Amino acid sequence: MKLGTLMRTGLVAAGLVASAATSAFAQAGDTIKVGILHSLSGTMAISETTLKDVVLMMIEEQNKKGGLLGKKLEPVVVDPASNWPLFAEKARELLQKDKVAVVFGCWTSVSRKSVLPVFEELNGILFYPVQYEGQESQRNVFYTGAAPNQQAIPAVDYLMSKDGGDVKRWVLAGTDYVYPRTTNKILEAYLLQKGVPKEDIMINYTPFGHSDWQSIVADIKKFGSAGKKTAVVSTINGDANVPFYKELGNQGIKAKDIPVVAFSVGEEELAGIDTKPLVGHLAAWNYFQSVKDPTNAEFIKTWQAFTKNAKRVTNDPMEASVIGFNMWVEAVKKAGTTDPDKVIDALIGIKVPNLTGGISEMLPNHHITKPVLIGEIEGNGQFDVVWKTPGLVPGAAWSPILDDSKNLKADWTKPVNCGNFDTVANKCIGKAAK
Amino acid sequence: MLLLRPFSVLLSVLASLVLAGAALAADLATLVGNLTSGGLSEREAAITALAASGDERAAPILEALGAGQLYIRTSDKLAVIGRVDGNRLALTEAVSGKPTGTAVEADLDRVRVNNRLRGTIEAAVGSLTLMSPNARVRLNAADSLFKRRDATALPALDQALAAEKDPRIKRAMSEARAAIVLATADSPPAQKLAAIAVVRDRADRDSLGILNTVAAASDGEVKTAAAAAAGSIEQTLAAWQMAQNVWYGISLGSVLLLAAIGLAITFGTMGVINMAHGEMVMLGAYTTFVVQEVIRTSAPHLFDVSLAIALPLAFVVSGAIGILIERTIIRFLYGRPLDTLLATWGLSLVLQQAVRSIFGSSNREVGAPSWMSGAFQLGQLNITYGRLWIVVFALIVFASLILLLRKTPMGLYMRAVTQNRPMAAAVGIRTPRVDALTFGLGSGIAGLAGVALSQIDNVSPNLGQGYIIDSFMVVVFGGVGNLFGTLIGALTLGVVNKFLEPYAGAVLGKILVLVFIIMFIQRRPRGLFALKGRSVE
Repeated sequence: MKLGTLMRTGLVAAGLVASAATSAFAQAGDTIKVGILHSLSGTMAISETTLKDVVLMMIEEQNKKGGLLGKKLEPVVVDPASNWPLFAEKARELLQKDKVAVVFGCWTSVSRKSVLPVFEELNGILFYPVQYEGQESQRNVFYTGAAPNQQAIPAVDYLMSKDGGDVKRWVLAGTDYVYPRTTNKILEAYLLQKGVPKEDIMINYTPFGHSDWQSIVADIKKFGSAGKKTAVVSTINGDANVPFYKELGNQGIKAKDIPVVAFSVGEEELAGIDTKPLVGHLAAWNYFQSVKDPTNAEFIKTWQAFTKNAKRVTNDPMEASVIGFNMWVEAVKKAGTTDPDKVIDALIGIKVPNLTGGISEMLPNHHITKPVLIGEIEGNGQFDVVWKTPGLVPGAAWSPILDDSKNLKADWTKPVNCGNFDTVANKCIGKAAK
Repeated sequence: MLLLRPFSVLLSVLASLVLAGAALAADLATLVGNLTSGGLSEREAAITALAASGDERAAPILEALGAGQLYIRTSDKLAVIGRVDGNRLALTEAVSGKPTGTAVEADLDRVRVNNRLRGTIEAAVGSLTLMSPNARVRLNAADSLFKRRDATALPALDQALAAEKDPRIKRAMSEARAAIVLATADSPPAQKLAAIAVVRDRADRDSLGILNTVAAASDGEVKTAAAAAAGSIEQTLAAWQMAQNVWYGISLGSVLLLAAIGLAITFGTMGVINMAHGEMVMLGAYTTFVVQEVIRTSAPHLFDVSLAIALPLAFVVSGAIGILIERTIIRFLYGRPLDTLLATWGLSLVLQQAVRSIFGSSNREVGAPSWMSGAFQLGQLNITYGRLWIVVFALIVFASLILLLRKTPMGLYMRAVTQNRPMAAAVGIRTPRVDALTFGLGSGIAGLAGVALSQIDNVSPNLGQGYIIDSFMVVVFGGVGNLFGTLIGALTLGVVNKFLEPYAGAVLGKILVLVFIIMFIQRRPRGLFALKGRSVE
């Protein structure tokens, strides 16, 4: 009996060694592993599953072109299940166990903050593809989504202009978590700076997944009947948007009376709503599916073929994922290796075409340049671009509007090499500021 | 010759008339041409010019422009109006109104507008349709002029006002006129004072806005009159605000009631802690989606009755799955609440992921039938039809459930089994069958709730999660095992929530309600209406 157990243990151990050996061989041999860290279950699955598919598609396309550095790319997909601490665990698993060369992942700011220490400790590379609140720049993270100055501020500028309706009174409505709170703090400071009196700004927060919007929409209506042109700036996130827009439609708030400009509503979110009552409400993004451009048309075609669904929509975070992926590929080619330190240095200054006809560049602060587009919702669930910035806007990691960050700058090139350099004190604050 | 003379005069008059008509048509054509060329500012000027032409034929063109239905045909650069007709667009020439075939969107170039232009168009259409023979159109015209306060419409408005017979439309027109007078800075004070009186009698949010603007912008007698009028409107509105909060509370309460009433049966009378209850609601919502999908593809004319078709189906789907769950899992776990809780929790995750795998993780669109869209005005209270029907539906479901439990043999068995199982079995009731049916009934009602909730919430795999906590809260607060407790509990929580929300905000409001319930349960552990006597085991 004892011998039998021993034999069995020995066999298992031998098997383990063998499998470890083959996987080690696979890493060293013919593939480069690419980690995908997006929730495939739980509340955020609705948005993140799509991004997982986009990265898988990009990997497939790259492999068709012969891979990278003569090796095939191999995706490693994990499911952090919309659970923030699990994001950190899964990130560790990807970097330590699977030894991936790069990770594409995260959606909410909480999940990004949760994986930051892991990427710093294990010196990995994370591409973060979603618009966020800024006030951060980390050496191991590349932010391909919009910073506030690439979405929120231009949107407010547009509404203040004659074409946007010359708005004088503002409702800042958001879901109660870090992204809306920080964005609204920046927007409020910006509006006050522009001479909007405090009583003309109304700030409202709602819980995640809020579904009964009757009182809040009635409040907005009340606030909007003071005789001044009013607009709603919405940082309402995720599922709560559908009932919010339904209630707006029900209570007859038309875009020509009180326009709503949203920062988290794209083509995917509109797929669940009848958009006819919402025609004219706005969204600010760096990409819309409706943008007429050959690269975009090509991308939409590939995507619909990949998902085998001719009606599948594309959206802004998908474009950010694509840009991030292409930038990483270019940087690896330039560095000639997937070694994180070399790739991180090579990434700065990399230029790749975005899907709206421009060339986006990775800046020393790990943010990218992108155009800002304002789109009006159309009856078919798409956006009609009514305004865009004349050129590309460079992403700012630190808001120059807020007092506690106006002296900070991020620059990951020598000699500064710091994510939060205080230009007045002329020194790097480092980790203490986090 | 003499005889012929009047004839020739007649001829020349006719000729000039025809010529004038042609000139008018040409005018319209150039104006429409201006509309479809150039940038947004040129387009705005063209809209104003069309409105000033007073040509009635301009109104439908402008309406089409506002609705995004005005196109330029790529092949011949003709301005056409396209209306959806199946998969294609049925085209009519914009200027002449003649039908000119069909096309797909790709062959056409839409004339783009933005919000600012939509406002201008609304005012233009308003001033053009003031003399329309259709009373509803005239009323809409007056309303849009009241909103837009476009001073150029004043002459047209005066003319229409003089010709109007219908007292209701006449009033709307004079209100629009007053609003325009007040919005024009150089109107004489006497006119302004009269206008203030007219606007004050309208007494709604819009008039309050106008009066506040006037009070802020002017001085002397006009300022005091406007401020006084604004004050009186504010008082009326404050009273309506209370009524509004109560209505919103009832509406939220009815949603809670619908979500909780199935649970009141499975948890309340059977004592099963069913964490998968929310998923039964979700299945009901997805059934509605499937029904609407089938109707959309095979019988679009049935769309308005899609919910009526979905109701029995949702009941059957959720009920059947409920019975299946009871037979395969729950019946082995009676009397082990903790195990039931864990098992049904796991089950809820399985159901969510199953739906996610079948239907995808994104939201599904469930449309509202025409009789559930829109709103009506009751005094200063804005009541949406959708919410009204949900309140009515919740009460109907509640009443039928009470009837079922009190007046039918099935109800009698259910009550007998839940009150005293061994005795019920002794008198020959097949208790396992009754258990399965009771659980099926509770789940089926959750399915019905899903049909209603598909109208106001996301149809996504997570739909049920949002309601499970609230449902338990309502049942526990109302008193476990008491259906009337559930009704009162749901309505109370709804109204309390809506009164707290304006003061405390949605986040804090929700927390306060939870704290309130915890305190309440501390004082009365058995809820609002505790069962007394024998039924308490």
